[in-house]
Amino acid sequence: MSSQILFFILASLTIVSALFVVFSKSPIYSVMWMIFCFFTIAGHYVMLNAQFLAIVHVIVYAGAIMVLLLFTVMLLNLNKESEPHKSPLPKFAAIITGGLLMLVLLAAMHSSTLPEYSSPAFSDVGYVQKVGTKIFTEFLLPFEMTSVLFIAAMIGSVVLAKKDKN
Amino acid sequence: MEQVIQHSNPQSWYLVLSTILFSIGVMGVLFRRNAIIILMCIELMLNSVNILLVSFSAYAGNSEGQVFVFFIMVVAAAEVAVGLALLVSIFRNTASTDINVLSKLKW
Repeated sequence: MSSQILFFILASLTIVSALFVVFSKSPIYSVMWMIFCFFTIAGHYVMLNAQFLAIVHVIVYAGAIMVLLLFTVMLLNLNKESEPHKSPLPKFAAIITGGLLMLVLLAAMHSSTLPEYSSPAFSDVGYVQKVGTKIFTEFLLPFEMTSVLFIAAMIGSVVLAKKDKN
Repeated sequence: MEQVIQHSNPQSWYLVLSTILFSIGVMGVLFRRNAIIILMCIELMLNSVNILLVSFSAYAGNSEGQVFVFFIMVVAAAEVAVGLALLVSIFRNTASTDINVLSKLKW
């Protein structure tokens, strides 16, 4: 019973903070709400017994990605309402489009049947040992390839953000 | 590690939650004009897919989905680094991050 209440609190916090990310005027508030949203998503991972991913999510998203975004927002001096006032037509169109997409996806899920799975409360698939064994045996080659991807991303971002000579 | 929860919810709740999050991300990409916020909305959509993958992995008792989520996080980190470098370079040339300024490729 308590896990249902916990789920509803966490889910409503996630959705409300995601809405604040989209609708707040200043980019700095968007980034702050995004950090909060990521913490609630980490809470969902904990509720699904995916403890490795919860820790990695907090470290990678709240610790690395959002700091990078915050640095960029402050570096570019965007912490004011930079968007010009425009007609509300695109906003309404976007809200209607998003709502319709949600409707279609929910209808598709409603008409499909989920297989009868076991409860994740007592399974150990999300523990560090299980996921780590999987990564370092079966997915060893993709795991090593991510280092190549990171090298490419690092070099690419340095080249892109470097100041031009002329 | 000890079990954190003792009783689990039906999986369809997580499906609904990830659908709502994905739709909010799509909405943000469609109507925000600031490129940084658009990047953040893409992150939101990636995270909704991550919730879906983790829920299927946890309910099916198979940890391969969580390995995929790990790789998605890796790719998202690289994507944000390159995207923000692109944004800094664009800001240096046009002095704004408004995507309406960058309409030269629009026909």
